[in-house]
Amino acid sequence: MPEDKKKESLLEKVGNSPVWKSIFRSGVPRTRRQRMYAVLGNVFLHLHPARLPRHAVKVGYTWCMGGLSFFLFVVLTITGILLMFYYRPTVEYAFTDIIDLGEQVPLGIMREIHRWGAHCMVLTTWLHMLRVFMTGSYKPPREFNWAVGVILMTLTLLLSFTGYLLPWDQLAIWAVTVGTNMARATPFLGSEGPGASLLAIGDINLIHSASDVRFALLAGRFVGEATLLRFYVLHCIAVPFIAMIFMAVHFWRIRKDGGISGPL
Amino acid sequence: MIETLKNTIDYLSTPTISFTVITAIFPFVFPPTDWFDRINRKLKIDKLWTNTGGFIQFILITGFFVLGYQDPNFKIILMKGDNFPIVLMVYSMAFFTWYAMKKSYINDARLDEGKKPMEYHDPEDKVLVWPDLVYIEFICLILFMVFLIVWSILVPAPLEEPANPAATPNPSKAPWYFLGLQEMLVYFDPWLAGVIFPTLIIVGMCAIPYIDINKKGDGYYSFKERRVGYFIFMYGWVVLWVYLIIIGTFFRGPNWNFFGPFEYWDPHKLEVLNNVNLSEYFWVIGLGQPLPSNILLRESIGFLVTGIYLFVLPVLLAKTVLKKMYEAYGPTRYTFLMILGLTMLALPIKMYLRWFFNLKYIIGIPEWFFNI
Repeated sequence: MPEDKKKESLLEKVGNSPVWKSIFRSGVPRTRRQRMYAVLGNVFLHLHPARLPRHAVKVGYTWCMGGLSFFLFVVLTITGILLMFYYRPTVEYAFTDIIDLGEQVPLGIMREIHRWGAHCMVLTTWLHMLRVFMTGSYKPPREFNWAVGVILMTLTLLLSFTGYLLPWDQLAIWAVTVGTNMARATPFLGSEGPGASLLAIGDINLIHSASDVRFALLAGRFVGEATLLRFYVLHCIAVPFIAMIFMAVHFWRIRKDGGISGPL
Repeated sequence: MIETLKNTIDYLSTPTISFTVITAIFPFVFPPTDWFDRINRKLKIDKLWTNTGGFIQFILITGFFVLGYQDPNFKIILMKGDNFPIVLMVYSMAFFTWYAMKKSYINDARLDEGKKPMEYHDPEDKVLVWPDLVYIEFICLILFMVFLIVWSILVPAPLEEPANPAATPNPSKAPWYFLGLQEMLVYFDPWLAGVIFPTLIIVGMCAIPYIDINKKGDGYYSFKERRVGYFIFMYGWVVLWVYLIIIGTFFRGPNWNFFGPFEYWDPHKLEVLNNVNLSEYFWVIGLGQPLPSNILLRESIGFLVTGIYLFVLPVLLAKTVLKKMYEAYGPTRYTFLMILGLTMLALPIKMYLRWFFNLKYIIGIPEWFFNI
């Protein structure tokens, strides 16, 4: 019908153009079929199924907390990369670089977004866990995914904790000192842990303050230069890497375990 | 008038009192059995989860923070940058617990009437992810990002003086989400409070789905069908985790001494520390002898008590009170539940032993760093 063709909006024109269609395949999703294809044909959206039970899209049921946790992870990754351009993890520069981040760098709220976002992520993961418990969503067949979630929550805390040291101010080193002092008391593997004296060859103790778990964590007997570098690498590379693997499993298992939980 | 109120709050928030009060009222708020449930309904505690109840909770929390903000001592603590997330935590935990319980009670009433829970929809009646979910997610993200950016513009991230290994601040605190663990250090040695307990918390949380064999209440809010599970989880979560974080943040001052919210953090406050080991109670006070020089003999009574608690008690329970549960659970699951449950209970037990008997260690072998 030529009359209809004339009324075609700009959006539709773009949507039906060869370039758009080469990228999104589905065109402007107007029909039911196109909308389903829009989800299935998109690498990011296909995390979701194409259709969901009605209760699954209600914020009152899901609280959106799992999604927000993932979103915060992305926000923290992006702001974190921006911060890495300016921050040098050395005792000499760390603190002054943090000051410069607020005073010299344009859009100097990246550290704020990063820090407050990190606190929020701890809260959103906790609330996500609360919601999953309250709705009994951990019950079979989703037991394993709950366990993966617990690991992810622990990793969130570890990410936050390793990041805590990086500003290299009084708050940072003493919080990390208090936190890592615990490692000294690890049974068998900490220099002041029960059973550590059993790990000895003759008179030579294998576990002492320069060889125990705390030493491995701090790269020294005290929180110092080497600790800063170690925590920096853990914070920026190692823990996010592990967290991403667990997240992939977590999201994949939601789908494989029958999608979002719901009443039968 | 306000001073009296502040002094009362200071007095009531002492761990001895506040912990006892919270623990005592907890089974009435989240009733695990019919008996508690009847009293809960008779006293109208279930009204806590209505809109009015939620509003009153909101007013009480806000009232506390407003009052606290007026107070010069509490204001200092409240205004520390990293303590703001805890205010956020208090509000969000209270709100979401209230919200979930409200939904649970509505669903329970529906189930009583023989209806399906609110979340139920015809399985054939599905919605499309594009646009029905995608736009909700999008709005959520936008709103959240607005909130985060506004917060970031208004409140600068905390930064204290440059790190100085020679100047230890008093008190030295871990990040706020670990303060529950740091608070446990008052009652247990680091190898337990800092290593074993965190490990068992993680293992125990992972184990929840394998231990909870109640198949009901999957995929919808319901209290009635899972009340024991709710009760245990909420106790561990609200009291042993969130409450301890609040204590550790707001109420622990220099030398980790307790200070009420409106008290001045006096670094010279003296606390009498005359804690006594169980071995001293037994040998010195009980038998009037000096402590035996043999370590194992000295601590034999402690080993006995701990052994009975961890190994004999579960067996006794399995044969008597928990017989039905043992049969339903089977030996492996029951053993796991007992290890985790008894460890969890060890915290309140040790707290009370400390408060009432000044008990320091049940087993105290500092020579081997083995103190319980």
